[in-house]
Amino acid sequence: MSRAVFTLVLSPEVDAHIRRHGEAAWPYECCGFLYGPADGNPRLITRALRAPNSKEGDQRRRFEIAPTDYLEAERYAADHGLQLLGIYHSHPEHPAVASKHDLAQAMPFFSYVIVSVRGGRAAEMRSWRLRDEVRAFDEETILIAPAFAKH
Amino acid sequence: MAKILIPTPLRKFTGNAATFEVKGATVAEALRALAEAHPQLKPHLFDNAGRLRSFIRVYVGEDDIATLQREDTPLTDEAVVSIVPAIAGGS
Repeated sequence: MSRAVFTLVLSPEVDAHIRRHGEAAWPYECCGFLYGPADGNPRLITRALRAPNSKEGDQRRRFEIAPTDYLEAERYAADHGLQLLGIYHSHPEHPAVASKHDLAQAMPFFSYVIVSVRGGRAAEMRSWRLRDEVRAFDEETILIAPAFAKH
Repeated sequence: MAKILIPTPLRKFTGNAATFEVKGATVAEALRALAEAHPQLKPHLFDNAGRLRSFIRVYVGEDDIATLQREDTPLTDEAVVSIVPAIAGGS
Protein backbone atom coordinates (compact mmCIF):
# COMPACT_ATOMS: atom_id res chain seq x y z
CA MET A 1 0.00 0.00 0.00
CA SER A 2 1.43 3.37 -0.92
CA ARG A 3 1.85 5.92 1.81
CA ALA A 4 -0.07 9.13 1.96
CA VAL A 5 1.81 12.03 0.44
CA PHE A 6 1.24 15.28 2.24
CA THR A 7 2.07 18.81 1.24
CA LEU A 8 2.33 21.68 3.68
CA VAL A 9 1.97 25.20 2.35
CA LEU A 10 3.39 27.98 4.51
CA SER A 11 2.55 31.61 3.94
CA PRO A 12 5.72 33.73 3.53
CA GLU A 13 4.94 35.33 6.92
CA VAL A 14 4.81 31.95 8.64
CA ASP A 15 8.04 30.87 6.95
CA ALA A 16 9.75 34.07 8.17
CA HIS A 17 8.20 33.77 11.65
CA ILE A 18 9.62 30.28 12.22
CA ARG A 19 13.08 31.22 10.91
CA ARG A 20 13.23 34.44 12.97
CA HIS A 21 12.12 32.64 16.13
CA GLY A 22 14.70 29.92 15.61
CA GLU A 23 17.42 32.52 15.19
CA ALA A 24 16.28 34.56 18.22
CA ALA A 25 16.22 31.49 20.48
CA TRP A 26 19.56 30.07 19.27
CA PRO A 27 21.52 28.32 20.79
CA TYR A 28 18.36 27.09 22.49
CA GLU A 29 15.38 25.38 20.90
CA CYS A 30 12.32 27.47 20.11
CA CYS A 31 8.78 26.15 19.71
CA GLY A 32 5.35 27.35 18.71
CA PHE A 33 1.97 26.62 17.16
CA LEU A 34 0.83 26.48 13.53
CA TYR A 35 -2.69 27.39 12.44
CA GLY A 36 -4.69 27.31 9.26
CA PRO A 37 -8.24 27.91 8.11
CA ALA A 38 -9.09 24.21 7.79
CA ASP A 39 -7.37 20.95 7.17
CA GLY A 40 -6.77 19.64 3.67
CA ASN A 41 -4.08 18.35 1.38
CA PRO A 42 -2.27 20.58 0.70
CA ARG A 43 -2.49 21.80 4.29
CA LEU A 44 -2.28 25.58 4.43
CA ILE A 45 -0.61 27.30 7.39
CA THR A 46 -1.50 30.97 7.64
CA ARG A 47 -0.52 31.83 11.19
CA ALA A 48 2.23 30.89 13.62
CA LEU A 49 2.45 31.85 17.28
CA ARG A 50 5.41 31.53 19.60
CA ALA A 51 5.21 29.35 22.71
CA PRO A 52 7.64 29.45 25.62
CA ASN A 53 10.06 26.54 25.77
CA SER A 54 9.14 25.16 29.20
CA LYS A 55 11.66 22.34 29.24
CA GLU A 56 13.55 22.15 32.50
CA GLY A 57 17.16 21.33 31.77
CA ASP A 58 19.12 21.66 28.55
CA GLN A 59 17.02 23.68 26.11
CA ARG A 60 19.79 23.40 23.49
CA ARG A 61 18.60 19.87 22.77
CA ARG A 62 15.02 19.72 24.08
CA PHE A 63 11.76 21.61 24.03
CA GLU A 64 8.47 21.24 25.83
CA ILE A 65 5.24 23.19 25.70
CA ALA A 66 3.44 23.60 29.03
CA PRO A 67 -0.07 22.10 29.19
CA THR A 68 -1.54 25.50 30.06
CA ASP A 69 0.07 27.02 26.94
CA TYR A 70 -1.36 24.16 24.88
CA LEU A 71 -4.86 24.77 26.29
CA GLU A 72 -4.48 28.45 25.45
CA ALA A 73 -3.46 27.54 21.89
CA GLU A 74 -6.60 25.43 21.40
CA ARG A 75 -8.71 28.31 22.75
CA TYR A 76 -6.98 30.72 20.36
CA ALA A 77 -7.91 28.50 17.42
CA ALA A 78 -11.56 28.31 18.51
CA ASP A 79 -11.75 32.06 19.14
CA HIS A 80 -10.25 32.94 15.73
CA GLY A 81 -12.03 30.41 13.52
CA LEU A 82 -8.75 28.60 12.89
CA GLN A 83 -7.54 25.04 13.33
CA LEU A 84 -4.46 24.09 15.27
CA LEU A 85 -2.65 22.06 12.64
CA GLY A 86 0.89 21.68 13.85
CA ILE A 87 3.87 22.50 15.98
CA TYR A 88 7.19 23.99 14.99
CA HIS A 89 10.50 23.84 16.77
CA SER A 90 14.16 24.39 16.02
CA HIS A 91 17.17 22.10 16.04
CA PRO A 92 20.19 24.28 16.90
CA GLU A 93 23.33 22.88 15.21
CA HIS A 94 21.42 19.78 14.14
CA PRO A 95 19.66 18.84 10.90
CA ALA A 96 15.92 19.43 10.47
CA VAL A 97 15.26 15.72 10.79
CA ALA A 98 12.77 14.44 13.35
CA SER A 99 14.68 12.76 16.16
CA LYS A 100 13.74 9.75 18.27
CA HIS A 101 12.69 12.22 20.97
CA ASP A 102 10.40 13.95 18.48
CA LEU A 103 8.97 10.61 17.38
CA ALA A 104 8.44 9.31 20.91
CA GLN A 105 6.13 12.18 21.82
CA ALA A 106 4.53 12.96 18.47
CA MET A 107 0.76 13.18 18.19
CA PRO A 108 -1.18 11.97 15.17
CA PHE A 109 -2.45 14.50 12.64
CA PHE A 110 -0.12 17.38 13.52
CA SER A 111 2.51 18.68 11.13
CA TYR A 112 5.84 18.91 12.94
CA VAL A 113 7.92 21.59 11.25
CA ILE A 114 11.59 21.67 12.21
CA VAL A 115 14.03 24.42 11.29
CA SER A 116 17.73 23.81 11.60
CA VAL A 117 19.65 26.80 12.99
CA ARG A 118 23.41 26.84 12.46
CA GLY A 119 25.64 29.50 13.96
CA GLY A 120 22.56 31.55 14.75
CA ARG A 121 21.26 31.50 11.14
CA ALA A 122 18.17 29.56 10.06
CA ALA A 123 19.06 26.87 7.53
CA GLU A 124 16.90 24.08 6.11
CA MET A 125 13.30 23.59 7.19
CA ARG A 126 11.45 20.27 6.89
CA SER A 127 8.10 18.93 8.08
CA TRP A 128 7.06 15.56 9.46
CA ARG A 129 3.77 13.85 10.15
CA LEU A 130 3.13 10.69 12.17
CA ARG A 131 2.12 7.77 9.97
CA ASP A 132 -1.20 6.14 10.80
CA GLU A 133 -1.01 2.93 12.82
CA VAL A 134 2.80 2.82 12.85
CA ARG A 135 5.18 4.80 15.07
CA ALA A 136 7.11 6.43 12.24
CA PHE A 137 7.25 9.81 10.55
CA ASP A 138 6.60 10.60 6.90
CA GLU A 139 8.12 13.75 5.50
CA GLU A 140 5.79 16.41 4.12
CA THR A 141 6.78 18.56 1.21
CA ILE A 142 6.97 22.21 2.25
CA LEU A 143 5.93 24.87 -0.23
CA ILE A 144 5.90 28.63 0.38
CA ALA A 145 2.60 30.14 -0.73
CA PRO A 146 3.63 32.36 -3.71
CA ALA A 147 5.49 29.49 -5.37
CA PHE A 148 2.49 27.25 -4.77
CA ALA A 149 0.13 29.78 -6.33
CA LYS A 150 1.93 29.54 -9.71
CA HIS A 151 1.02 25.87 -10.06
CA MET B 1 -23.57 16.36 31.76
CA ALA B 2 -19.88 17.06 31.97
CA LYS B 3 -18.14 18.08 28.76
CA ILE B 4 -14.84 16.69 27.46
CA LEU B 5 -12.85 18.85 25.08
CA ILE B 6 -11.04 16.78 22.45
CA PRO B 7 -7.67 18.22 21.36
CA THR B 8 -7.31 18.81 17.62
CA PRO B 9 -4.88 15.94 16.88
CA LEU B 10 -7.28 13.37 18.36
CA ARG B 11 -10.40 14.60 16.57
CA LYS B 12 -9.69 12.30 13.64
CA PHE B 13 -10.76 9.53 16.03
CA THR B 14 -14.02 11.22 17.10
CA GLY B 15 -15.42 11.97 13.65
CA ASN B 16 -14.06 15.53 13.99
CA ALA B 17 -16.15 16.18 17.09
CA ALA B 18 -14.45 18.75 19.33
CA THR B 19 -16.55 17.96 22.40
CA PHE B 20 -18.11 14.93 24.03
CA GLU B 21 -20.91 15.19 26.56
CA VAL B 22 -20.77 12.54 29.21
CA LYS B 23 -22.41 11.38 32.38
CA GLY B 24 -19.67 10.33 34.71
CA ALA B 25 -19.01 10.74 38.38
CA THR B 26 -15.25 10.83 37.98
CA VAL B 27 -12.62 11.67 35.37
CA ALA B 28 -11.89 7.95 34.94
CA GLU B 29 -15.53 7.13 34.21
CA ALA B 30 -15.89 10.00 31.80
CA LEU B 31 -12.76 9.07 29.84
CA ARG B 32 -13.78 5.42 29.72
CA ALA B 33 -17.16 6.41 28.30
CA LEU B 34 -15.40 8.53 25.69
CA ALA B 35 -13.10 5.65 24.71
CA GLU B 36 -16.06 3.26 24.45
CA ALA B 37 -17.92 5.66 22.19
CA HIS B 38 -14.82 6.16 20.03
CA PRO B 39 -12.75 2.95 20.24
CA GLN B 40 -10.03 4.26 17.90
CA LEU B 41 -9.25 6.87 20.52
CA LYS B 42 -8.54 4.32 23.22
CA PRO B 43 -4.89 3.47 22.40
CA HIS B 44 -4.10 7.18 22.31
CA LEU B 45 -5.49 7.72 25.82
CA PHE B 46 -4.70 4.49 27.67
CA ASP B 47 -1.79 2.05 27.73
CA ASN B 48 -2.23 -1.74 27.57
CA ALA B 49 -2.72 -1.86 31.33
CA GLY B 50 -5.60 0.62 31.05
CA ARG B 51 -3.70 3.51 32.64
CA LEU B 52 -3.75 7.00 31.21
CA ARG B 53 -0.76 7.42 28.92
CA SER B 54 2.09 9.45 30.37
CA PHE B 55 1.98 11.81 27.37
CA ILE B 56 -1.64 12.75 28.10
CA ARG B 57 -2.54 15.29 30.76
CA VAL B 58 -6.08 15.93 31.89
CA TYR B 59 -7.45 19.20 33.22
CA VAL B 60 -10.75 19.83 34.98
CA GLY B 61 -11.46 23.49 34.43
CA GLU B 62 -8.11 25.18 34.95
CA ASP B 63 -6.69 22.46 37.21
CA ASP B 64 -4.39 19.57 36.31
CA ILE B 65 -5.95 16.42 37.79
CA ALA B 66 -2.43 15.58 39.06
CA THR B 67 -3.03 18.37 41.60
CA LEU B 68 -6.55 17.11 42.41
CA GLN B 69 -7.52 13.46 42.92
CA ARG B 70 -6.04 12.29 39.64
CA GLU B 71 -8.42 9.99 37.74
CA ASP B 72 -10.68 9.77 40.80
CA THR B 73 -11.33 13.52 40.58
CA PRO B 74 -15.12 13.98 40.87
CA LEU B 75 -17.02 15.75 38.10
CA THR B 76 -20.02 18.04 38.41
CA ASP B 77 -22.56 18.40 35.59
CA GLU B 78 -20.92 21.70 34.65
CA ALA B 79 -17.37 20.33 34.61
CA VAL B 80 -15.22 20.90 31.53
CA VAL B 81 -12.57 18.23 31.10
CA SER B 82 -9.68 19.00 28.75
CA ILE B 83 -7.43 16.33 27.29
CA VAL B 84 -4.00 17.87 26.81
CA PRO B 85 -1.36 16.09 24.74
CA ALA B 86 2.20 16.60 25.87
CA ILE B 87 4.10 18.52 23.20
CA ALA B 88 7.81 17.91 23.47
CA GLY B 89 10.83 16.73 21.58
CA GLY B 90 14.24 17.89 20.57
CA SER B 91 17.33 17.11 18.57
